[in-house]
Amino acid sequence: MTHAAVPSERAGSPLDRPVLPSGAEPARGARRLGVRIQGAVIGDRVYSTAITLFALCVPVLMILIALEIFIAGWPALRQFGFSFLTSSAWDPVNGAFGAAPAIYGTLVSSAIALAISTPLAIGVAIFLSEFAPQWLRQPVAFLVDLLAAVPSVVYGLWGIFVLIPILRTAVMPFLRDTLHLGVLPFFSGPAYGPSMLAAGLILSVMVLPYISSVSREVLLAVPRSQREAALALGATKWETIWGAVLPYAKSGIIGGVILGLGRALGETMAVTMLIGNRPQISASLFAPGYTMASLIANEFSEASGDLHLSALMAVGFVLFVITLIVNAVARWLVWQVSRGSAGKSA
Amino acid sequence: MTATAGPVAPSRPGGSGAPAAALGALVAKQFSFWYGEKQALYGIDLEMRSRSITALIGPSGCGKSTFLRSINRMHDLLPGTRHEGQILLDEADIYRSELDPTSLRRRVGMVFQRWNCFPKSIYDNVAYGPSINASLPRHEMDWIVESSLRRAALWDEVKDRLRQSALGLSGGQQQRLCIARTLANDPEVLLLDEPASALDPIATQKIEELLYELKRELTVVIVTHNLQQAARASDYTAFFYMGRLIEAGPTERMFTAPREERTNSYITGRFG
Ligand SMILES: Nc1ncnc2c1ncn2[C@@H]1O[C@H](COP(=O)(O)OP(=O)(O)OP(=O)(O)O)[C@@H](O)[C@H]1O
Ligand SMILES: [Mg+2]
Repeated sequence: MTHAAVPSERAGSPLDRPVLPSGAEPARGARRLGVRIQGAVIGDRVYSTAITLFALCVPVLMILIALEIFIAGWPALRQFGFSFLTSSAWDPVNGAFGAAPAIYGTLVSSAIALAISTPLAIGVAIFLSEFAPQWLRQPVAFLVDLLAAVPSVVYGLWGIFVLIPILRTAVMPFLRDTLHLGVLPFFSGPAYGPSMLAAGLILSVMVLPYISSVSREVLLAVPRSQREAALALGATKWETIWGAVLPYAKSGIIGGVILGLGRALGETMAVTMLIGNRPQISASLFAPGYTMASLIANEFSEASGDLHLSALMAVGFVLFVITLIVNAVARWLVWQVSRGSAGKSA
Repeated sequence: MTATAGPVAPSRPGGSGAPAAALGALVAKQFSFWYGEKQALYGIDLEMRSRSITALIGPSGCGKSTFLRSINRMHDLLPGTRHEGQILLDEADIYRSELDPTSLRRRVGMVFQRWNCFPKSIYDNVAYGPSINASLPRHEMDWIVESSLRRAALWDEVKDRLRQSALGLSGGQQQRLCIARTLANDPEVLLLDEPASALDPIATQKIEELLYELKRELTVVIVTHNLQQAARASDYTAFFYMGRLIEAGPTERMFTAPREERTNSYITGRFG
């Protein structure tokens, strides 16, 4: 033991000074061991304190940002109170600010995006993880992931020059007149082009890679033993996926959907280019709308007066809070995964 | 060593009749198996009688699991595998083309080394097999769940918590739940791949007692690394070595008077 302790001693290190009480006279090896442990304890403390400080930077920074936005938005929030969230009058000229249309637009466009992309993305993930031949998996997965790398403004451009003309001349008339869905408020009214529907569609494409790659990872992580259990009970391949693999992966997939939702809520450029930027609440998806992110992006540079600026800050704060809630829910779900389904069974 | 041809019993035998005529008799005939280029089994000839426990023993990598999984065609979904020879279940080849592997797997249940309960309730775990096959009325499903849990000697421990997650059970309980889940399909054959290797001695003993009960109505084939377990709990023992069946016979004879030198050195612990 003595022999082993000698080469590992770090000579000259201040942490190596003997710290044992002088009354005790332990054997040389044991004393050295004690010194090493003491040194290691102090080293551990320094290290963990430093790491803790680094880690604390992140929440502190976040709280500072939130606080900053809140303070900047406070004049508007104080003046309009709760009606800031419920009023639909956004009229900078007359100094009336109600964020309801933008909140509504953000939530609805994100909901459309998720409604379209969730089933699609899960389908892609199931195909890639269960059915696709081996040689096809990597290329397709790569292409799907590439959707996330396309700059937002390119999506916007594509939306204006390709998607909107198709919507205006083909899809909207088809839904409204041919399928007679025009009797529903969602599909009624004139087909301008720039609309909630256009924004929701482009968002669904942008969000798809997030949901599908998380889902694919989660599906691939389902243990083989779970599939074998279902197969050995006489399930077909599809029954195995439906009855054993998907339930096992459920929480993780929901986490992926919420990640996509967070992305959709905050997306600015492409939506601003396609949604029509009109602060109104209309039941029709063919009508233009506004989102919080596009409202801020559009009006920030030419904000007229302090109250206008403050109102935009307040909108930013609301967006921040909504995104925060969404992420908290995602965290909670991931925690559920690691605790519940992915837990004990190997 | 091969089974005598006999009429297939018309219904589930209720305790009378010769074992050879009972349902669930298994016979492997010159069965060979390949993972791609690698041959894992070489011409296995083995009879596994119904209403008895056959233990497969042998050193790691000798092909015990491969053979066991061949019996309910778990290799089917593994690309690149192939086999030669036959495995007969009640005189009919399980690899015949018109046989649907899913219906085979209902007749030939399998329990794995590491318990793999679904992250569902205890009730839903047991009900899974019957429910994918047919939509049964509630009371019938209740009955299947209860009787399967009783057969797996688990009912008294879980009857008050059927709606709770199966993952809250102990390892031994989860393994018995996996057995109950398999029994819910009312199989004729029960395959177990080292079912007790991750369990403590008491849980292991419970599983062994359970198998002793189950062999009254089933063909039980168990892979085990534990020679004492094989000696204790099985009626027949088959010794595998490097993909070949070296020797098979009644357990008592195999452990007291093995005919092959390699069997002798394995069971006396000189290699493996
Ligand atoms: N999926 C596979 N692909 C290729 N080779 C495999 C595969 N599974 C098993 N093998 C090989 O087949 C041989 C037999 O394996 P098997 O799992 O049947 O052994 P075993 O007797 O069950 O061993 P153990 O006691 O360790 O479980 C081994 O050489 C193994 O490497
Ligand atoms: Mg094995």
